[in-house]
Amino acid sequence: MTALRQEPLAEEWARQRVRRRTSVLARLRSKPVAAFLMCLPLLVLIVGLIIYPFFYSIYLAMLNKRETQVVWLDNFRFLLTMDTFWLVVRTSFLFTFTAVFFKALLGFILALVINTLPTRGQRVWRGVSLVPWVMPLALSTLGWWWIFEPTHSALNWILVELGFAPKSWLADPFWARFSIILVNVWYGTPFFMIMYLAGLKSIPLELFDSASIDGAGPFQRLRFITLPMLKNIIAITMLFSTIVTFANFDIVRVLTRGGPRNETHLFGTFSFRLGIESGDVPLGAAVALVMFPILAVSAFFILRGVRRSVV
Amino acid sequence: MIRSIKTRRQAVLVVCYGVIAVFMVFFLFPPYWMALTSFKTNQEIESLKGIPFLIQQGATLKHYQDLFTKTDFLIYLKNTAIITTLVTILSLVISVLAAYSLSRLGFIGAGILGTGVFLTYLVPDTLLFIPFFKIIGWLGLLNSKWSLLLVFPTAIVPFCTWILIGYFASIPRELDEAALVDGANHLQMLLRIFLPVAVPGLVAATMFAFTISWAGFLYPMAFIFSNEEQLLTVGTVTTLIKGDVYHWGGLMAGALLACLPPVLLYAFLMDYYISGLTSGSTKA
Repeated sequence: MTALRQEPLAEEWARQRVRRRTSVLARLRSKPVAAFLMCLPLLVLIVGLIIYPFFYSIYLAMLNKRETQVVWLDNFRFLLTMDTFWLVVRTSFLFTFTAVFFKALLGFILALVINTLPTRGQRVWRGVSLVPWVMPLALSTLGWWWIFEPTHSALNWILVELGFAPKSWLADPFWARFSIILVNVWYGTPFFMIMYLAGLKSIPLELFDSASIDGAGPFQRLRFITLPMLKNIIAITMLFSTIVTFANFDIVRVLTRGGPRNETHLFGTFSFRLGIESGDVPLGAAVALVMFPILAVSAFFILRGVRRSVV
Repeated sequence: MIRSIKTRRQAVLVVCYGVIAVFMVFFLFPPYWMALTSFKTNQEIESLKGIPFLIQQGATLKHYQDLFTKTDFLIYLKNTAIITTLVTILSLVISVLAAYSLSRLGFIGAGILGTGVFLTYLVPDTLLFIPFFKIIGWLGLLNSKWSLLLVFPTAIVPFCTWILIGYFASIPRELDEAALVDGANHLQMLLRIFLPVAVPGLVAATMFAFTISWAGFLYPMAFIFSNEEQLLTVGTVTTLIKGDVYHWGGLMAGALLACLPPVLLYAFLMDYYISGLTSGSTKA
């Protein structure tokens, strides 16, 4: 009797549970409201602190120095007639391309070398190599600033001991540029190494084995297996580094402040000099915006590369 | 034959260790030189005699003592610690919510937002600091460390969201269905299931947020002028240099101490960070 009464109940429970499950699943799939709410802080951040400031900076760049009047493209026209601006363009490109090239080359060599070691040692060397990248850049650059000091410090001591003439590293235009590139290479090489090492680990070992059996030497393996397999990651890392290097501020600001005679200014430091220190906000905004096309092109290709590596 | 392979392998290893030694000297010389200088007496730093790469006239802790007693170093340290902690918490909350939503719930435009997140990650700080300077001025936050709570997350949140999406996406969907059947709501599911599984991703994101915020230089340089509000990086670089006399010992002591927290963090948790970094930018 009781069993008879319980049976439909149990059935009803089971039915209810199924119904609840489907309604819950439906709720999961059709929960755009919850999804939207959870993304809201991010949306506010992107719209309020990236998109809006970007357009606002375009507007700012079109004002006169006292920000009372719209002068359209006059600031940009003025920049084009300014010798210092062209110097900044030249220095920025020289700095970026030289530094990215050497970071990519040294990072690749280091990654290959570490990858050749027995597995146990790899972790340690990878970890120690990361030190330059982990130290806050403004502070490690302060250390370099002291290294470059001409009379009491390390670099000139070594030069003199080796029989060369001491150099005034940061006062001579050529050596000042050399110095900012050197510090950037020191700082950025570990990042390239990490990325390349991760790439090297993802190449199937069988590829190398079968190539060896076919008689391929180490250079052929590098040329026909390693480089093609790493093509995408090399491209992404270099483009990413191009953005970060091009927009660098800390190194130049601490080492040379753009000197001697503006020879080492990059877009970032020059924009800071004009916009914050000299109080010409519109002109500073204009200088920073000139970076945008370069950044946008790099970003476009990075995005394409990342998408491709997903597929 | 086997013997010759073995000797060749050994020759390769010798070359490898030689190359690594050169790299290590290059990488570690600056911190070594900084540490050395910070323990030298002023007389020894200024003396031109002897080999500068060793301490020959006795080590001293005076530069560190002076740093704490005669400079504003502790104020900077306190400011940086407060800002870094708050920025890290704030950024992680925003990123976790967004990453959960983008990887699981899916709504119209989620794909576009995902791409947007990636693109904002590529926006460097030198591009937008001038409009920020104006906006912070309107808000009355110029020369206040709190202004940094607003601008630091712009660089941090996109990357943290990006790596967390990767970690969340690797959690099997059966898990959340089971949790929902048991009557869990989205918040419970996020807290009880997603976060525990995504701990490596959270550690990587936290480390990233911490280091970016700790090392921030341009924003405090542009927005903060007074010693009471200044952060460690800018404070060390600008105020520890006094007049024409460079106090190299004290300067290096300050720089080195300020570098220590991120370096220690990496020494212990590096593997998390590397997996986050490489997965974030290669797999996506």
